[in-house]
Amino acid sequence: MKNLPILFLGIFFTVAFSWSGLILSSQIQYGGLTPTTATLDEDGNPTPGETLFPRMASGQAEQGKLIYIREGCMYCHTQQVRPQGFGADYERGWGPRQTVPRDYILQDRVLLGTMRTGPDLADVGGRPLTRSWHHQHLYNPQITSPGSIMPPFAYLYEVKEIEGAPSPNAVTISPDTEYAPEPGFEVVPTKEAEVLVDYLLSLKVDYELPEAKFTE
Amino acid sequence: MSTASDIVEPAQPQVAREGVYGSRSAEERVALSVIDNSMKVAGVFFVCCGAFWLLAGSFFGFVASMKLHNPDFMAALPELTFGRVRSAHLNSMAYGWANNAVFAIGLWIMARLSRAPVRHGGLLIIAGVMWNLAVLVGIRGILFGDMTSVEWLEIPTYVTPILGLSYALIGVWGILAFHYRKSEHVYVSQWYILGAVFWFPWIYTVAQMLIFFAPARGTVQAITNWWFAHNVLGLWYTPVALAAAYYLIPKILGKPIHSYYLSVLGFWSLALFYNWAGVHHLIGGPIPLWLQTAGVVGSLGMVIPVIVVAVNHHLTVRGCFRQIWNSPTLRFVVYGAMSYTLASLMGSLMAIPEVNVVTHFTHFTVAHAHHGAYAFFTMVMFGSVYFMMPRLLQKEWPSATLIRIHFWSCAIGAAIYVIGLSVGGWMQGLMMNNPEIPFMEIVEFMVPWLMSRSLAGVLLTIGHFAFAINIAWILLGRRVAEPKVSLTKKAAA
Repeated sequence: MKNLPILFLGIFFTVAFSWSGLILSSQIQYGGLTPTTATLDEDGNPTPGETLFPRMASGQAEQGKLIYIREGCMYCHTQQVRPQGFGADYERGWGPRQTVPRDYILQDRVLLGTMRTGPDLADVGGRPLTRSWHHQHLYNPQITSPGSIMPPFAYLYEVKEIEGAPSPNAVTISPDTEYAPEPGFEVVPTKEAEVLVDYLLSLKVDYELPEAKFTE
Repeated sequence: MSTASDIVEPAQPQVAREGVYGSRSAEERVALSVIDNSMKVAGVFFVCCGAFWLLAGSFFGFVASMKLHNPDFMAALPELTFGRVRSAHLNSMAYGWANNAVFAIGLWIMARLSRAPVRHGGLLIIAGVMWNLAVLVGIRGILFGDMTSVEWLEIPTYVTPILGLSYALIGVWGILAFHYRKSEHVYVSQWYILGAVFWFPWIYTVAQMLIFFAPARGTVQAITNWWFAHNVLGLWYTPVALAAAYYLIPKILGKPIHSYYLSVLGFWSLALFYNWAGVHHLIGGPIPLWLQTAGVVGSLGMVIPVIVVAVNHHLTVRGCFRQIWNSPTLRFVVYGAMSYTLASLMGSLMAIPEVNVVTHFTHFTVAHAHHGAYAFFTMVMFGSVYFMMPRLLQKEWPSATLIRIHFWSCAIGAAIYVIGLSVGGWMQGLMMNNPEIPFMEIVEFMVPWLMSRSLAGVLLTIGHFAFAINIAWILLGRRVAEPKVSLTKKAAA
């Protein structure tokens, strides 16, 4: 190699090529997506008066997302439903339709994930799981899912002595199990556990978009 | 910089013809020893920091691995919960071990091939200290609750500008070493290192900007994330490891690379295809289909540089297998080069949608990542360190046994790791695509395979300790006047 300018230009242009091909062009193609209604009017605009999707997340859910990020939940749980016919996401009940780019446009941090050590959570709020179930599961996954390899997040809960009446938000744990606190004690979620559950319950794919209808 | 006293000292007859410079002429030995001496402090510093991070990363990796089959293991410590500790593992290994190894080996090879000493090595150390302190603060941040949860970019954003700045200082040294070159020819290894030195700051800056400081909307972030994360391996670690292989294999065997033109083809096809491949991490995901297709095409295109490099290396080492076996450096490098071929071809296969639908989201991908980053990159770096350190320090490795322990425990450990998680991960993928099988059944099925990973982790860690002990020993041990009979001697350049 004698021609150094070609080497330097090559080094520059190969990456410039992939950067513009992959990142710049996707930004141009769909970086400006906005929320819209489930169906469009005749002119292709959002139907006036109908709800815009995706919805804004609540402040509680946004706080819970920070806990989700801090604990690294996304290293075992994805938040993306693949189309029917590619994997079994739909058949497993992980969402009523595939997720599309517009579903993620209001998220400051997109947590698609690449690993399913645990199930997908894009629509976990749409499953028949109660707040109480989530608290039991986070406190110790063995309570709800024996054999699970998910880490217990007991440090997001306080075990404390019952003073007078039990706390209304105490986690219900059957006293016969080994996970129950000592008699006279209760397991109370911290603020962090509460908002984390708020976040999980807010994860829903319960709306249609013009480009993504529920799978039949 | 290179005064007479610099030249005289390492060239004294105590480094006999049998020493680290082999049977070269006195003049060449002086020139080489001046270059080596100019990299001595910085090179040794980077290697020591790298070894430190390697051990720290092994610890975090082992804790993370244990937790996946024994979730109660150290469960009371929030700092060591799985999500945090696995990220601490990745970042210790990537930004701690791998980058320090790249700094040491990349700069040293660049200096040697440029036939010019590294100037102002002291400033390089300052940048190196900054880099390692930044990584330390970053890992602490991950463990104590400031993680970003963006893969390969977990280090909190309050540290990343310092990482960027100290990288810039170190990278500039690579370019300066090249700029002041005295050799007329520009070697293949130099292209790879130059490419890496320019590519890394670019992809890092783009990723930081578009994900954290001025975030792109929606899944454009994910595309940026995987463009970056795949390119860290493809345009930063891989070129430097290939540069080391291209430098060390012909040097130790004493014969030129088989084909210059294959090297050219290999370099440009890697530069062209590798950086399109990262999107294959999003196949089936919420991004436009044409982008996924671009990722598949890029990944399949990678077959060209991989085959070209494999053929070129194979034809170079043909007929020299005994020499490879006898040289500790070449043992590691050839193990790494073979893993490169295998891991890359697997990677291309994994991008084909019919295969990807099984392997995506499973431990197969984890196996693949370690196949590339460990069995290829890290093994080549081990070999390179075994070659470089005696030349920087003018000493032989004190223990051939430790090198043997290192090689065998890492070679076997990496094989168990990759095979165990690949087989387990493939079955995991098949089961996941069959909705009749309840999810919990898959979780329980995976446990023995995950245990095989912990076993592999123990073996790898034993190897890393052998490596670290040997490094401490060579540093503290006395200068060897009469070279002892050891494995490294046969690898003399």
